[in-house]
Amino acid sequence: MAEATHEEVHRHPAPTGFIRKYIFSIDHKVIGIQYILLALTAVLVGLVMSILMRLNLSWPGTHWPIMATLFPTGAPGGIMSPEFYLSLVTMHGTIMVFFVLTTAPQGGFGNYFLPIQIGAEDMAFPVLNMMSFWVTLVGFVVLLLAIFAEGNLTIGSWFSKLGESFAAGSGTVGPIGGWTGYPPLSALGKVAGPGQGAGVNLWIISIAIFCVGSLLGALNFITTLINMRTKGMTMMRMPLTCWAWFTTAILALLSFPVLLAGGILLLLDRIAGTSFFIPGGLYVSGSLVPLHTGGSPLLWQHLFWFFGHPEVYIAILPGMGATSHILSTFARKPIFGYRAMVFAIFAIGMLGFFVWGHHMFISGMSPYSAIAFSVLTLSIGVPSAIKTFNWLGTLWGAKIRFTTPMLFAIGFVSLFVAGGITGLVLGQTSLDFFFHDTYFVTAHFHLVMGVASIFGMFAATYFWFPKMFGRMMNESLGKVHFWVTFIGVYAIFVPFHAMGMVGMPRRYANFGEYEFLKSAHGLVLFVTVAALITAAVQIVFYFNFFWSMFKGKKASDNPWDATTLEWTTATPPPHDNFAGVVPEVYRGPYEFSVPGAAKDFIMQTEPEGPDISGGLGEASGNGNGHKH
Amino acid sequence: MAMVTSTERVIDTTVGGGPRLRGGNGFPKNGGGRGGQGGESLRYSGDRYRIGVWLGLGSILMLFVALISSYIVRSASGNDWHPIAMPKVLWLSTALILISSVTMEVSRRSLKQQSDAGYTRWLMITVALGLAFLASQILAWRQLVRQGVYVASNPHSSFFYLFTAAHGLHLLGGILALGYLLLRTTRKRSTIEGELLRAGAAGAATIYWHFMDGLWVALFSLLFLWK
Repeated sequence: MAEATHEEVHRHPAPTGFIRKYIFSIDHKVIGIQYILLALTAVLVGLVMSILMRLNLSWPGTHWPIMATLFPTGAPGGIMSPEFYLSLVTMHGTIMVFFVLTTAPQGGFGNYFLPIQIGAEDMAFPVLNMMSFWVTLVGFVVLLLAIFAEGNLTIGSWFSKLGESFAAGSGTVGPIGGWTGYPPLSALGKVAGPGQGAGVNLWIISIAIFCVGSLLGALNFITTLINMRTKGMTMMRMPLTCWAWFTTAILALLSFPVLLAGGILLLLDRIAGTSFFIPGGLYVSGSLVPLHTGGSPLLWQHLFWFFGHPEVYIAILPGMGATSHILSTFARKPIFGYRAMVFAIFAIGMLGFFVWGHHMFISGMSPYSAIAFSVLTLSIGVPSAIKTFNWLGTLWGAKIRFTTPMLFAIGFVSLFVAGGITGLVLGQTSLDFFFHDTYFVTAHFHLVMGVASIFGMFAATYFWFPKMFGRMMNESLGKVHFWVTFIGVYAIFVPFHAMGMVGMPRRYANFGEYEFLKSAHGLVLFVTVAALITAAVQIVFYFNFFWSMFKGKKASDNPWDATTLEWTTATPPPHDNFAGVVPEVYRGPYEFSVPGAAKDFIMQTEPEGPDISGGLGEASGNGNGHKH
Repeated sequence: MAMVTSTERVIDTTVGGGPRLRGGNGFPKNGGGRGGQGGESLRYSGDRYRIGVWLGLGSILMLFVALISSYIVRSASGNDWHPIAMPKVLWLSTALILISSVTMEVSRRSLKQQSDAGYTRWLMITVALGLAFLASQILAWRQLVRQGVYVASNPHSSFFYLFTAAHGLHLLGGILALGYLLLRTTRKRSTIEGELLRAGAAGAATIYWHFMDGLWVALFSLLFLWK
């Protein structure tokens, strides 16, 4: 390593007190781990809720003694009420989408590794970075408050004192309107049902806070990436992970404000008596809603989905980045078509802003708009296919090292294809008319946005754990975790497609009354068993995570023979990432198996030797050219 | 053969998985020089403020675009749309914020011409004009309340209160930023880097201030001139 080319830089000293070092830290690495721990906590809450939903769907009317103790009102006698089930649906969705799929991939791994991978010593605005985490955490606490305000009579009575719109203690675990919170029912207060009082208010406030936290984070990510790349780190030499985080940050920056605007309007409808979303002459539960006129419920749908569709890419793009990075590393080959991958990820992100209408095909929109939204939606298949074929091209003819992170990355590709292909079905207006609000939709978005993203994060966890904590995660446990989870998620979500095709509607608490769904009950039971097994095996992951942190095999600085900057520094990286040395980059990120090189990988900081870096030279990516 | 020697270097330096740097336990003992405010390095100059503020304005713009779209959609969705009479004091607000943009620009140029006194003076005037603008907005609210026009009176008044409140909050953020710049004028800047950082921060604040000015003019036109 040519130390002479490195210049000393000014550094901020490492904090010494426990609080500044681990709690209110401005170090992006500590903040990244805080985000990951937040996601690991939130995902447990969301997972327990999904198990409760499965229990209720499979064995409706069963007495669960523990439920009677925990939720005497929502589950009288231990039998979950339909409203209780609906609140589980709502909170499961909200927690998973916002506090798991948005925090871990971007706030967690992005925070930790984006600055290191571009050779920066921290984020551009470290204090802002700290604030974005703490604001997000406050958002999570407010969302948990919604659970307790509605689920617990004592806490509920405190909220009820705040006024009519804060009526609480209904026995549910939050609002019952789903994570999309459609008005008018979400705008009316307790007349719209249990959980629709304080539950909805807290839900809106939580999401508004979350929006602010995400915006601070996104601003920081983009500034860091534009302004703080180290010498030689051109845009086209960045790892694909950085491109993914960059695109994700742009999406967050432009879409969260729109949700924030919607949230403000909805909250005003609820507590200030305005009529943005509430039409006049509305009858709810047999009585006329007074004092409101002229509002447009559809307006909320437009605002919500203008945010909501980019949001699903916010969840999955970092997973794509991690997958590309990890596939290349363990295939020991350059990523196939680096440039094409960059353009594809950017195209997916930008197209995501023009397709929100496909969530609203049955809203009565003009068929001409529907066709436009449909064509744009289907066109996302092009960059998605480019990515998929490039991943396959990377694997083609490779001497693959089947480590746990590699298995999860391959699993990501599989799930992305399996879940994405039904997007082509749902993106067509005529087919969506049938499938809308059935389990087919649930299957689609769980596979592609939920499970695929989570697989990307599992891959990232197993891959970067040694750098973050200086120890390896256990490979055998990791492989058990992978295989059971991989088979498990397919066992859960493939039957969902069949249920959707027979017309099973989503969000119903009980199908017992519907003759035409009787035949699907066997499938429902099968899914529940698969879900229980898949959920149980996550204990292996949690055990592996925390056990390895202290007892795992000591990791070297570059255990995977990888090439990017995070593997050039100490393990775990020092406070300013490179111990006062400014790394200099001479080549692209995926130089594996370069002909003429002695080892099968060349670090980005290696000044001499053959350079085949992805973005330089020819106009289009030809990363395939270097086989053994 | 040059090629061979270079590849041999690869072997040498990557044994053990890549060149290793000092500082193994994550927190090196040697502190190094402290750069800039809040632990920021000087390596990246004042550019980051400019980039950061443009991005922040991008998201603020999206917030208002969403609200304005809602305004337009809502104005066409019911037959309850009765525009309120414009409080006359809003002309004063508009004049105040337009002038404040000029004084802000003068302040920034004074700094550029290394006139610290001019910079501080014009910054103070801008803050005063900003506060006067907010006071004038509150006056407009009071006028409407006296006429019995409240948030929930009709959709147009709802949007009026919402727009003025949202814009006022963002302007208050700008005033706080200017206050922070004023506090920092008391500190002597001996280094070139310090000067660059201050110029960067002042430039960013100016961009933000002009944006708030333009945003108000747009909202004002939308609320009372757009039919």
